[in-house]
Amino acid sequence: MLNQDKSEANKKLAFKLAWILAGALVFAFALVPLYDVICSVTGLNGKTSNVAQTAAKQKVDLSREVTVQFVSSVMPGLGWNFYAKQNSIKVHPGQVTVVMFEAKNTTSEVVAGQAIPSVTPGKASAHLKKIECFCFVKQSLNPGQVKQLPLRFFISTDLPPEVNELTLSYSFFPASK
Amino acid sequence: MQGMKKLGASAFALFYSLSARADYTFNFPDPVTPMALDTLHVHNKFMLITAVIFVVVLAIMIYSIVKHRHDKGYKAVVDKPPSTTMEIFWTLIPFAILLLIDFVIMGIPAYHSVVMMEDTRDQSTMVIKITGSQWRWQYEYLDGDAQGIKFVSNLATTNDQLNNKEEKGEHYLLEVDNPLVLPVGEKVRILMTASDVLHNWWVPQFGSSRVAVPGFIRETWVQVEKAGVYRGQCKELCGKGHGYMPVVVNAVSKEEFAAWAGKKQAEQKAAGDVKELTKEELLAQGKTVYEKNCAVCHQVSGAGLPPAFPALTGSKIATGPIFGADGKYQKDSHLDRVLNGKGVMPAWKATLNDTEIAAVITYERNALGNTASVDALVQPPQVKAARE
Amino acid sequence: MSTTSVAHHDEHEEHPTGIMRWLTTTNHKDIGTMYLTFSLVMFLVGGCMILGIRAELFKPGLQLMNPEFFNQLIGVHALIMIFAALMPAATGFANWMLPLQLGAPDMALPRLNNWGFWILPPSAILLTLPFTLALFGIGDGALATGWTFYPPLSVQGGIGVDFAIFAVHLLGISSVLGSINIIVTIFNMRAPGMTLMKMPLFAWGWLITAFLLIATIPVLAGAVTMLLTDRHFGTHFFDAAGGGDPIMFQHLFWFFGHPEVYILLLPVWGFIPQILQTFSRKPMYGYKAQVYSLWSIGALSVVVWAHHFFTAGMPVPALLYFMYSTMAISLPLAVLFYCWIRTMWKGAMTFETPMLFSVGWIILFGVGGLTGLVLADVAADAQYHNSYFVVAHFHYTLFAGGIMGIMAGVYYWLPKMTGHMYNEKLGKLHFWLTAISFNVTFIPQFFVGLAGMPRRIPDYALQFAEFNMISTIGAFVLGLSQLLLVYNIISCARGGQKATDKVWEGAIGLEWTLPSPPPYHSFTEQPVVK
Repeated sequence: MLNQDKSEANKKLAFKLAWILAGALVFAFALVPLYDVICSVTGLNGKTSNVAQTAAKQKVDLSREVTVQFVSSVMPGLGWNFYAKQNSIKVHPGQVTVVMFEAKNTTSEVVAGQAIPSVTPGKASAHLKKIECFCFVKQSLNPGQVKQLPLRFFISTDLPPEVNELTLSYSFFPASK
Repeated sequence: MQGMKKLGASAFALFYSLSARADYTFNFPDPVTPMALDTLHVHNKFMLITAVIFVVVLAIMIYSIVKHRHDKGYKAVVDKPPSTTMEIFWTLIPFAILLLIDFVIMGIPAYHSVVMMEDTRDQSTMVIKITGSQWRWQYEYLDGDAQGIKFVSNLATTNDQLNNKEEKGEHYLLEVDNPLVLPVGEKVRILMTASDVLHNWWVPQFGSSRVAVPGFIRETWVQVEKAGVYRGQCKELCGKGHGYMPVVVNAVSKEEFAAWAGKKQAEQKAAGDVKELTKEELLAQGKTVYEKNCAVCHQVSGAGLPPAFPALTGSKIATGPIFGADGKYQKDSHLDRVLNGKGVMPAWKATLNDTEIAAVITYERNALGNTASVDALVQPPQVKAARE
Repeated sequence: MSTTSVAHHDEHEEHPTGIMRWLTTTNHKDIGTMYLTFSLVMFLVGGCMILGIRAELFKPGLQLMNPEFFNQLIGVHALIMIFAALMPAATGFANWMLPLQLGAPDMALPRLNNWGFWILPPSAILLTLPFTLALFGIGDGALATGWTFYPPLSVQGGIGVDFAIFAVHLLGISSVLGSINIIVTIFNMRAPGMTLMKMPLFAWGWLITAFLLIATIPVLAGAVTMLLTDRHFGTHFFDAAGGGDPIMFQHLFWFFGHPEVYILLLPVWGFIPQILQTFSRKPMYGYKAQVYSLWSIGALSVVVWAHHFFTAGMPVPALLYFMYSTMAISLPLAVLFYCWIRTMWKGAMTFETPMLFSVGWIILFGVGGLTGLVLADVAADAQYHNSYFVVAHFHYTLFAGGIMGIMAGVYYWLPKMTGHMYNEKLGKLHFWLTAISFNVTFIPQFFVGLAGMPRRIPDYALQFAEFNMISTIGAFVLGLSQLLLVYNIISCARGGQKATDKVWEGAIGLEWTLPSPPPYHSFTEQPVVK
């Protein structure tokens, strides 16, 4: 049988280990915000910031021209038509550009949707700066309403040189109420 | 030991008889893109290196097993523990060998392959959007000759073949109704996304595969260098139909591609001019559309697979009213559900044309044991109006 | 296996008998026996599941089951084999052998030990209950997402997912309790004079495993909890619509999942060298080198997780980092292989069943390790990923490297545990049948994988038919051969030739100084190690 001292020492060590355990659990949940930070820094997964950027006073780099392709999807459960009014455009890095999207509610009820942006290649995602975007907030459309949705953005001049074309995708999800 | 020999002999006989009639493939299928060719080379090289390591180590072991046996009277060397210096020296040898293999012999070609795979420098000449959904692929041509063409690609193997009631065809499970058509020699950028769960568009002969993630966009590229029909499958578990969403790509010459694109565009345009049909016409066409697209989940009989896939027979949605007093379709009506989807139910507005949607709704309301009392018929012009 | 029947001075102590003995026991050997028995039962349950799958895949077309049921079987098979067969087997050995090897009377925290075990059976029931519920029309069966729980499929899934999440929580708690107990035992209960660097290698293997478990199980628990709240409480951790990301789940899952591979293997890497030295009749080579290798593998295992989803899309620097760090695992592994073979080299080897399993284990695990090295290559991984090539690879590591290693341990320690010798002829037959049919099962899977057969599909194209047929035949032989193991264990527990204290001529270690079977309290007076 175990003697008393040993038994106490064992309990002490077990509690110390329980602290490691608790730390690991906290770490698990801390990984969620950490992941977002890593994504926005490295462009992992093509996540782009959904927060307005200010138009930096960048010089427009006229020597480069980058193709930006727009892709639009409507997810199941949302009775909308949604498309980019121009398939793709060519822009100079640093040049602020406005492109229009159009959404139409084809149902007979008021419906809200949330657009989720995604950029590929991932390494370009941090360099696509949105100044004004319909994706920052929920969009609500009346029955039959057509809405023009503007996007003002620029490509930062430090876009890696090997990126010549990038794709910006918007997926409209039904917004939770 | 006698038994073992017999077992070995019969196993050999079994292998032999099987190999007499089957063609076995022991490696990747013939590559048809630069990426697949590169992948094959890297794979072969790595396989060779690992095989050499394996054989050498195994040989040393077998030598020891044969020589250093107790029953042959071999006496174990009196082993005093090696000095730390000797131990470090000896154990660093395998460490150093692997260091060389990992980071030089294997590591350098692997580096170049990765860079090539992720190469975004060259301009592509064509962009295609591929959307995975349970359990079919949707293709959309975003630019070039074929701009605006979009269609859905379903498994074409019949149910009777799946259930062993009919002889299985040559391309069992790897055949679709509408293959993706690509021009030979062009660098095609593929944008990939999904509408419900993760999917993965994979053609082994192309050597590229990317997970399609709902709400996110991914890209890869293919440049098919030889005309032909290439087959692959979804390779990310996506539910019960995961084994039933093949990829078929038809690579053709640029001229043929242009001709195909022209024809397809004309077809799509024609489908836009909708006219009223009789009930019989709608039902006949609806049955085809239903069995191709809907029966996977809702079953041919309409009984569904509750709770995931509700029955259509007797369903409130499939028999209730569609249009409100203002003539617009109501939310959560039959037409709304088919057009826009909800949850597991995909949105069909992007993949079926007005006539097909009208026909399938009419079929569901008047067959499968249903007789809808209101809005029994849905006409293509009504669907067209509903879309706009 | 009545350890109490041995005449010994602690015989006067009262022990409950019958079912209460097992429910309330705090004795490390009783608990070890329960872990091992539970593991064996679940090994057979998981094996039956996979035989169902192999039978379905015998030829093209749907024969026996619908795709939904097929998907449930594959996921539950994996969870059972990993969490209910392999991990409890290793914990069972730890319970049985660590006090014996360290010269301790018992495990450090006996009551915790009892709870740790008794959480297991309910969680196994929880995992498989949805199958039964579905028969009564409740829910649509068990987890159908594969063992990896990837959302959004798992968010879409039925009650089977919830059951599996709770089962994983419980299994996690059980293994964390076991780990705490093992760490405390190793740190506090060693015989006087036994410094850490004099400990048997098995203790080292388990110590690292236990730390990995404590560090990573909470991450898994967190990930599946997030999944649960996504499913039922409207959170959006993994849902793009609410700003979440399904790929994040893969990062969380594999942050646990990759160390998990080493959690399964490290205990085996601990005791296999002990078996090798016993049957080579010379002490293991490079003890220190092996200890440091085990630590470096343990450390590397937590920084390579993303190689499980290269195709999910990552920036090039991340791809390269995960590729090279994964390859780096082969460096300490090469040292281990070297030490294992050097231990055999110029020994006086005999080939009793444990030695046969150990040698077979080195060769087959070698195949698993080398294919793992190939899989690390990002470019070719686009082809390997989620194909049968991967299935074959991880069965070489987890069946050959895990389960066959455990079997070596079973035969090695069975005489010590029961006091009887097992049937050597049957043991050898079991080895040869297992090793041969294992290869017949999985070599064809390498080929179909390369040819383009994805994993987790209930039906396949005709070009894969022949190899799948061979694989199914192999799997059934493999499955049936395991009945020999069951028979051998049961008959050995019941009686047979008396085992000596030392059992094996070349055995080294404290466990062999005690009688076979050992007395109820292992070392009432701690031995002193010089």
